Amino acid sequence: MLGRFGTLTPLLQNVQIQQQQRGMATLKSISIRLKSVKNIQKITQSMKMVSAAKYSRAERELKAVRPIGDGAKQFYEKAEIAALPDIPQKLVIAITSDRGLCGACHTSVARHIRTELNKDNQNIKVVCVGDKSRAILQRIYGKNIILACNEIGRLPPTFIDASKLADAILRSDYQFSSGEIVFNRFRSVVSYVTETLPVFSLASVTAAPKLSVYDSLDDEVIQSYLEFSLAALVFYAMKEGACSEQSSRMTAMDNASKNAGEMIEKLTLTFNRTRQAVITRELIEIISGASAL
Amino acid sequence: MATSRVVSRLLPRRSFNTPPKRGYADKMRLTFCAGNQMFHNGDTVRQVDVPSFSGCFGILAEHVPTLAILRPGVVTVFEDDGSERKIFVSSGTVTVNADSTVQILAEEAHPIENLDSTTAKEMLSKAQSLFLSATTDEDKVEAQIGIEVGEALVEAL
Repeated sequence: MLGRFGTLTPLLQNVQIQQQQRGMATLKSISIRLKSVKNIQKITQSMKMVSAAKYSRAERELKAVRPIGDGAKQFYEKAEIAALPDIPQKLVIAITSDRGLCGACHTSVARHIRTELNKDNQNIKVVCVGDKSRAILQRIYGKNIILACNEIGRLPPTFIDASKLADAILRSDYQFSSGEIVFNRFRSVVSYVTETLPVFSLASVTAAPKLSVYDSLDDEVIQSYLEFSLAALVFYAMKEGACSEQSSRMTAMDNASKNAGEMIEKLTLTFNRTRQAVITRELIEIISGASAL
Repeated sequence: MATSRVVSRLLPRRSFNTPPKRGYADKMRLTFCAGNQMFHNGDTVRQVDVPSFSGCFGILAEHVPTLAILRPGVVTVFEDDGSERKIFVSSGTVTVNADSTVQILAEEAHPIENLDSTTAKEMLSKAQSLFLSATTDEDKVEAQIGIEVGEALVEAL
């Protein structure tokens, strides 16, 4: 007897639970979900405001810094410096940052580097500026990373940061003949482009055919010039990258807020429908109960 | 046809009236910027005086292409209209290219008007005392750099 009663009660409970689980029909679960999506919308909206403010400052600073990048590039273009064929070692500097939620900024830089590494694994070493590029590249190409920097992205980049990085690169004793800085060049609020800037070593510069046009140069001058110009190019790339990242985060958070708003609308409609259904069900129960009497 | 006759009459008249102008050889375009701001971006100027480790020299258009490292000192820019501007730089590079474009990239640059001579003297004395108290080679070199900048600042003001 007890056994029969024992099996009956769990069956009843199961039916009730099934009724509750049917398509989120409980008011409670919908209202919990609604509250959490509203919180998320508030967070994404505030992130958008913050990155809009940071973006406007970054764009202003970038305008003042653009000539540095163009100016530093000029020498390498006009002297037509190229990599030495007998030293195939290359150095790649990936400019990203520590923080995510900024669209495809970090992945596009990492993808560019990954395609390069796929072609030639042995002769390329990577310097990761920012935790994001390190996280993406570490899994397969961990052996190729020689330097990693963090605490990037919180504050706007300064020339001192760039010169510390250039110093660390030159002190790392990695003998390379050429290299590139991979960064996102800022085009407009809604678009950026992943580009590269050239980096050359003392040996490639001295071997350049057009170098003789330049007067009164000795190795010391060229070495100091290269060190400074590496710092200037890294600084320019960091500024461009920061601006692209802030604008990308702004649009990403804006889209997230819009999506959250749509979800809130749909959830509110479901909530109201469910509320009316519950009231109707209770009324039916009462009325059918009363009519049974 | 009438217009072409009018034009041909105008041209010789013009060459009589205008006196021959003194020409500086083909314009020199200067790009002068620092970590914090931009002073010139491809502007045409007459002459630029730069202090460098290989000596102070003035750059005019058609200067021989060269590279130089800036030492702490004053860069003087002589504009086309004759005015000159003095800007103090801490360090950087100068590139003169074959097509008369000049790029001066400075680490930090400030117009002389913005600098205060008493603060500069204080900076120099502080750097000198740091140099005396420095123990490692690196500290000594860093203090030496501070002294150079301080001396150049005091000299410029």
